[in-house]
Amino acid sequence: MKERLVLIGNGMAGVRTLEELLKLEPNKYDITVFGSEPHPNYNRILLSPVLAGEKQFDEIVLNRREWYQQHDIALHSGSPVVEINRVQRKVVAANGVEAGYDRLLLATGSSPFIIPVPGASLEGVISFRDIHDVEQMLAASRQYKRAVVIGGGLLGLEAANGLIKQGMDVSVVHLMDTLMERQLDAAAGAMLKRSLEENGMHFLMGAQTEAILGDKRVEAVRFADGSVVDADLVVMAVGIRPNIELARQAGLYCERGVVVNDTMQTYDPRIYALGECVQHRDTCYGLVAPLFEQAKVCANHLAELGYGRYEGSVTSTKLKVTGIDLFSAGDFHGDEQTEEIVFQDQAGGTYKKLVIKDNRISGAVLYGNTVDGAWYFQLMREGTDISDMRESLLFGEAAHLGSSGHGGQSKASAMGDEAQVCDCNGVCKGDIVKAITSEGLFTVDEVKAHTKAGASCGSCVGLVEQILANTLGGDYSAPEAKPLCACTDFTHDQVRSTIREYELTDKQGVFDKMDWRTPDGCHVCRPAINYYLISAWPGKAQDDAQSRFVNERVHGNIQKDGTFSVIPRILGGKTTPDELRAIADAADKFNVGEVNLTGGQRINMLGVKKEDLPAMWAFLTERGLVSGHAYGKALRTVKTCVGSTWCRFGTQDSTGLGIQLEEMTWASWMPHKFKMAVSGCPRNCAEATIKDFGVVCVDSGYELHIGGNGGVKVRATDVLCRVTTEEEVMEHCAAFIQLYREEARYLERTAPWIERIGLSYIKKRILEDVDGRKALYTRFLESQDVAQHDPWTVRAKGAEAHEFTPIKQIGE
Amino acid sequence: MSAVMSEKWVEIGKLDEIPRLGSRVVRTATDEIAIFRAADDSVFALSNRCPHKQGPLSEGILHGHRVTCPLHNWVIELENGEAVAPDVGCARSYPVRLEGETIMLAI
Repeated sequence: MKERLVLIGNGMAGVRTLEELLKLEPNKYDITVFGSEPHPNYNRILLSPVLAGEKQFDEIVLNRREWYQQHDIALHSGSPVVEINRVQRKVVAANGVEAGYDRLLLATGSSPFIIPVPGASLEGVISFRDIHDVEQMLAASRQYKRAVVIGGGLLGLEAANGLIKQGMDVSVVHLMDTLMERQLDAAAGAMLKRSLEENGMHFLMGAQTEAILGDKRVEAVRFADGSVVDADLVVMAVGIRPNIELARQAGLYCERGVVVNDTMQTYDPRIYALGECVQHRDTCYGLVAPLFEQAKVCANHLAELGYGRYEGSVTSTKLKVTGIDLFSAGDFHGDEQTEEIVFQDQAGGTYKKLVIKDNRISGAVLYGNTVDGAWYFQLMREGTDISDMRESLLFGEAAHLGSSGHGGQSKASAMGDEAQVCDCNGVCKGDIVKAITSEGLFTVDEVKAHTKAGASCGSCVGLVEQILANTLGGDYSAPEAKPLCACTDFTHDQVRSTIREYELTDKQGVFDKMDWRTPDGCHVCRPAINYYLISAWPGKAQDDAQSRFVNERVHGNIQKDGTFSVIPRILGGKTTPDELRAIADAADKFNVGEVNLTGGQRINMLGVKKEDLPAMWAFLTERGLVSGHAYGKALRTVKTCVGSTWCRFGTQDSTGLGIQLEEMTWASWMPHKFKMAVSGCPRNCAEATIKDFGVVCVDSGYELHIGGNGGVKVRATDVLCRVTTEEEVMEHCAAFIQLYREEARYLERTAPWIERIGLSYIKKRILEDVDGRKALYTRFLESQDVAQHDPWTVRAKGAEAHEFTPIKQIGE
Repeated sequence: MSAVMSEKWVEIGKLDEIPRLGSRVVRTATDEIAIFRAADDSVFALSNRCPHKQGPLSEGILHGHRVTCPLHNWVIELENGEAVAPDVGCARSYPVRLEGETIMLAI
């Protein structure tokens, strides 16, 4: 017999938990849901657009009644629970319906706080919490003219904005001197007030409401200073308080909210609670984003998986008022231990303040230009040391990294619905907004899955994140630490450290040790784990071909028609007539579709059929050519100029050094592709300053550059140091590569890796710690002993023949 | 359906000719069919063309009873060729079974 799970509260938090639970254990429980509202579960975040007339209620329903039926969930809507009997383990609803439970989930949410002033119960005095309130406001706006909104916080301003859109004359009353003082400092609050006044909103600041006047229906509001404002509608939006009455009556320990631990359990182990009704580590949340993290953890424990902890959320805020760009996160007031970096342009309507503590961002307020909100928020969550980018920090990520692929467009709110966001997959802003609201999406990953925006090159992900934040407003926040993939809650870093700590040498060991949800992972985690294994234990961990992406398994680049490309290695870009003849002959012999020259000084033969690959490789390897690894997360090319051998400006033998570097590093597997270049003088013809590792030869020696990128995001290199001998160049190069191999996350290029961990850290490891550098250098050479075998030669001789031939040919 | 009427079972090879979590193709006069071997040694057969942009499914990474297309990461159910939501599309599937260690395919 199945266990019985009862959910009290048919809102976003509770139902999200059920969804997560059904994904993990679809048949574990008989589920019953009680909800006090007469509706199925809807997206409370989108009430503001409904009020503003931009959406209908139907469009914001998240789970229709059919969903409950499909999953055999008994739904009692319009049926508030009035008693929890913990002895008999049952709940009783107002209409007499009872349900027994083995596990109980409380998600009773919160209620708007009604100021206890005379007249608060008059007709026409309402709150802004559910669809019923919105319907009342809409009805009032058709009949009446004057509205007063009490409360100048997020909710109050959204309500006021909606009522103005409905044609009402709206005054906002606020007790404090700054609007949204929980999210904004005085400067940003003043700018917000000015913008809203331009939209026709009136304000009474520092005003304390004393009484609401009227006989049957509200007629006016009186303040402590004796002044009176006429009103036909009063909306109270001064805050929310957790609904804990039911829990308190049942004897569950409550303070401000129902107190829960990191597994979302209350003091009664059979009873879980989450959402706005709970108090976790002394915090009550009023935003939706933390609820989703809580729902994941709660579902995990309801499914009896027994891992997963909720450790609190860092939240950020956006205001859903058209035309207003505002972002706030963290502790933006600061104290004696913090410092501030501020940019203020009154005329331009732009304000940015970053609060810095111990070289890390601890809070941010942005007004007018919020493009970089998501970036600052990420730096804040990840605790990134910003000392290396202090000078350019306020100018944002774009000043830091040049992006290709969205036409310089970086302001989501200013974009029209037809503006293209994802240039790879042709997805417009309107498509994304529609998917977010109609499909009920809350994360970038969900948007990627449904629209494909950001799913290819990834250059527009920041923009997608902004659109998500703009659409969901205050209720959006990016997840704390991103799990490696949907098969696990563990991050890249956790997986990797577990592999080292427990000396795991195969994927099954990782799946077992870390309780993988899927029997053999997925296309995201398997290649990552395979890389972590072979880089941690060179020669000891078995390279798993079936966990390699096709290109690395087959040692060629798959093309859109299923054929492959063949690119032989041309060390340092220096070739010979014999090599060129061999390439030309191979192209003739194997009917190559097209021959072109790559940006990395090599020759690409396209359109080769898979079954021709071994024979073509045999032909090339017999003539001294080997695989160029142009298909791998590996060392690609070392681009060079002709250097002092020929060039009248050359200061060193850049070609010779490039060849030495390539001979040392070819065939090394890396987290992502890796490109190098050596330029013979500061004219830098080999473009060494946009490579992962670049050398610019100077008269006195060699300037070493790291972390450049010429792709999705252009990034010029950082200078690591200057050295005087080729031997030093080799040692620094190998040490840098090994550090990257050991510490960067799979599919992270050196540019974002350095952005994340900071140049100072790399200098510390490579320059200051000389023994450490030598150890990295040695470890790199050791791993190369295992790795440096030409994959073409062995396959040309028949290795892995099954890979290149059909299992059977039937008919012609 | 005429396709079912004219269906005939053909021996195409032994199970150990396909690596676990791997795939190989069978060529016929009209189609290229990908034969998949899951970790639990069950076998599946689909037309070797992703419903999205005709990517060769046989080159994808297998996980559970699913394969990820190497071109644009669509995930396809091996059982019936259906794309996993939210993607929509279907690759033709072929009846396939094991007789001992021998893989039999109906075409």
